[in-house]
Amino acid sequence: MYVAVKGGEKAIRNAHKLMARDRRGDTKVPSVSLKQLSEQLYLSVSRVMAEGSLYDAELAALGIKQSRGDLIEAAFLMRAYRTTLPRFGYSQPIDTARMLIRRRISATYKDLPGGQLLGPTFDYTQRLLDFKLAADAEVPSPETQTFEKTEVVPRVTDLLNDEGLIEVDEAPAPDTPVGDLTREPLTFPAARDLRLQNLARGDEGFLLALGYSTQRGFGRTHPFAGEIRLGEVELDFFMEELGFEVPLGTMTVSECQMINQFKGSATAPPQFTRGYGLVPGQGERKVMAMALVDRSLRAHELGEEIDSPTQDQEFVLSHSDNVQATGFVEHLKLPHYVDFQSELELIRKVRKEWQEKQDAAGQELLGEAAQ
Amino acid sequence: MSAVNQGTEDLPLLQVSNTTKLYGGRIGCKDVSFDLYPGEVLAIVGESGSGKTTLLNCLATRLTPTSGSVSYRNRMDQMRNLYEMSEAERRMLMRTDWGFVHQHPADGLRMTVSAGANVGERLMAVGARNYGNIRDTATDWLGRVEIAEDRIDDDPRAFSGGMRQRLQIARNLVTSPRLIFMDEPTGGLDVSVQARLLDLLRGLVADLGLSVIIVTHDLAVARLLSHRILVMRHGHVIESGLTDQVLDDPQQSYTQLLVSSILQP
Amino acid sequence: MTQTAKTQDISSQHYNFAYLDEQTKRMIRRAILKGIAVPGYQVPFAAREMPMPYGWGTGGVQVTAAVIGKQDCLKMIDQGSDDTTNAVALRTFFVKTTGVETTTKTKEASIIQTRHRIPEEALTENQVLVYQVPIPEPLRFLEPRETETRKMHALEEYGLMHVKLYEDIAKYGHIATAYAYPVMVQDRYVMDPSPTPKFDNPKMDQMEALQLFGAGREKRIYAIPPHTKVVSLDFEDHPFEVNQFEEPCAICGAEGAYLDEVILDDHGKRMFVCSDSDFCEDRRAAGHVGHLGTNPLEAEGND
Repeated sequence: MYVAVKGGEKAIRNAHKLMARDRRGDTKVPSVSLKQLSEQLYLSVSRVMAEGSLYDAELAALGIKQSRGDLIEAAFLMRAYRTTLPRFGYSQPIDTARMLIRRRISATYKDLPGGQLLGPTFDYTQRLLDFKLAADAEVPSPETQTFEKTEVVPRVTDLLNDEGLIEVDEAPAPDTPVGDLTREPLTFPAARDLRLQNLARGDEGFLLALGYSTQRGFGRTHPFAGEIRLGEVELDFFMEELGFEVPLGTMTVSECQMINQFKGSATAPPQFTRGYGLVPGQGERKVMAMALVDRSLRAHELGEEIDSPTQDQEFVLSHSDNVQATGFVEHLKLPHYVDFQSELELIRKVRKEWQEKQDAAGQELLGEAAQ
Repeated sequence: MSAVNQGTEDLPLLQVSNTTKLYGGRIGCKDVSFDLYPGEVLAIVGESGSGKTTLLNCLATRLTPTSGSVSYRNRMDQMRNLYEMSEAERRMLMRTDWGFVHQHPADGLRMTVSAGANVGERLMAVGARNYGNIRDTATDWLGRVEIAEDRIDDDPRAFSGGMRQRLQIARNLVTSPRLIFMDEPTGGLDVSVQARLLDLLRGLVADLGLSVIIVTHDLAVARLLSHRILVMRHGHVIESGLTDQVLDDPQQSYTQLLVSSILQP
Repeated sequence: MTQTAKTQDISSQHYNFAYLDEQTKRMIRRAILKGIAVPGYQVPFAAREMPMPYGWGTGGVQVTAAVIGKQDCLKMIDQGSDDTTNAVALRTFFVKTTGVETTTKTKEASIIQTRHRIPEEALTENQVLVYQVPIPEPLRFLEPRETETRKMHALEEYGLMHVKLYEDIAKYGHIATAYAYPVMVQDRYVMDPSPTPKFDNPKMDQMEALQLFGAGREKRIYAIPPHTKVVSLDFEDHPFEVNQFEEPCAICGAEGAYLDEVILDDHGKRMFVCSDSDFCEDRRAAGHVGHLGTNPLEAEGND
């Protein structure tokens, strides 16, 4: 066999063995358990669940372990697994007003019905490396209060809505089909349901950078963090056979409602507008960035000038998926020598012709000089 | 003119009736009607915000009017309402029988491809497949708009403002269109460059027997190029007629004001 | 060279035949049928997440998975060769999930999935050639917007494509596209043949086999039915021409085959050998020998 990449099968087998050994690391150190990962690296697990589009902390933990902590690779593993799962149907929409709240803050009101609840957050911590944590010091127990499970905590946007200050976010008619971009290819222009789906599984870093760019003036939207909440919601499924809804369980979600200024138009009075973000698990940075990007992508329907990358839905939605992006960027590692050979041949030919032209011109000059 | 065309010579090329464009409740242009005849140059003048560009865009199918109709006599001598044509037909019209010269050349040129390809694009779009012929035609057109032959492989980023505008004109004229729309074609150019461009335009329009609708805020441009003139204010046509008549003897006080505000040479 | 059907891997018990569920296969088959009905037209399809990265053949794999049956014999090539790493990985995937026979012999295969090459040997009406496609849109690098390119296809506005070719000639004296060279299919759609070298373009014209193209990341399928006219774009006075190699294959002496350049040392010594490894082996088995006689790399135990 004459090709350098030949003998592929054996090489691949060996490479994978090597990778498995490196993944395990020093065998004197205990192997990390999935439970440890899902309990102690929950934010990584959340990100993998969101970008992998599958709400299963244990599988996400397995993905993280298998990928040696590479979260994009872990999301990829989740996606590939997810696609093989049977699909029973779609749940009823979750109601975040009925969330069992663990954290809820609003930047727009000092106090509001339901109160501000700081909850588990890095905010206001000193960013000092904690050497006590390295030594596994005991963790102090927080004070807790009991929360009535049935309590409804109204969303800030609902409060504004009562006054007509914010655009109405009308519920679609009961039988309106919701798009599913894992079942239908995305086409442009994409409606908001598909845009939000795309963003919810989009790369956190990409959305963060886009959201940030709008704050710096590339398509400014004057955002206020109306509300950010984190907690558990019930998930219900309507059983056709039974004719009623059954609860499937609860899931953790993070939600952000941005309130943005809007100057109004010929047909609409000045009103606040909305940007929305929601992801499974705990992903506060992601939902905030998502809400900024969502609002920017609404530029067209709000009649705004489209002149910044974040307002351009084809640009944003086509490049947000990190599983797609990493595949295509990394495919450059695959052999391309057939194409390269074709280019080599062309460039040699063009260079040869260029040289001949130069030489001919040189001869002409010499000839003239001689005369 | 060939015998075939003689019968239609005195029929309008473009018929505009009650064209109205509303932006919500605000008027872009309202109830504009006129006929344009073959070989005729019509100037639409007015201050910025008078609705002249809105009207031009409605005529050139770049903007859909709220009401009214615009009909065009095609080469088969059929009068067709532009807004009842398919998009394919409209786009075909725009790249063969029509031209559009933008105020900013960058809006009408491909800035990253060579001058030759800019001129040749329309030919290739209608099926020209001989490189040598395309290049010869492009060279010829560059000559006619006074761009040196050896600039054919340069891209327009390397051109001055006046050259870019002349290139845009050549790009539009290469398919022998019958109707050209121009939006402030001399705007933003130095006075001397403007004069040269106007001279060139006047020569080309006369030589080729083009029909032109030109939007300008500059009455001197209108006087030099156009046969007829529409004066617009607040979206309405307030005065129209032969250019010399309107400019020498304006009837409306607003037109009088416009005319009197030109610097006399 | 045919491998007998292996017992399916344990993991295959968790997955359907050829990995995809039957619903998904039907959806993909519908897209394929539409593609065949409108040659060269890019049919959007709901590509699934696959257990290999996007850009590594997910489109081709989904097309193959949708058309493969138990009786099929599969050949998997990358860069013309059966033994390149990704070809091996994808072949293993199908062996695991279908248990079908595989082969390296072009003649024996009923389905050939390829990346970047068309086999040298003419294909027959009993064969399907499945291409892996990274960017299906031939106009993409002239116009990045999908909304605009779809309109250009719908209205047959292909002037821009020739603008690009014109620019090449003006700048380099040649059409400077060496691979993924655009073609016109059945006088209607401009199509990207995937990044095959332009050397392979003439093989697509009037091919007896069915040609299917799958782009997973971009979620598009397109097709060329058997005996379809496929013309490489060009100018009358700068006609399309294929790459010419100055020397024959160093080890089988083949002329008129696509060759890979292999660098032998750091003093500029190199050889040219067939890119289609099966074609080259066949010729050597038939007694053809190139000017280097035996393969110098093989002699060094590089197998």
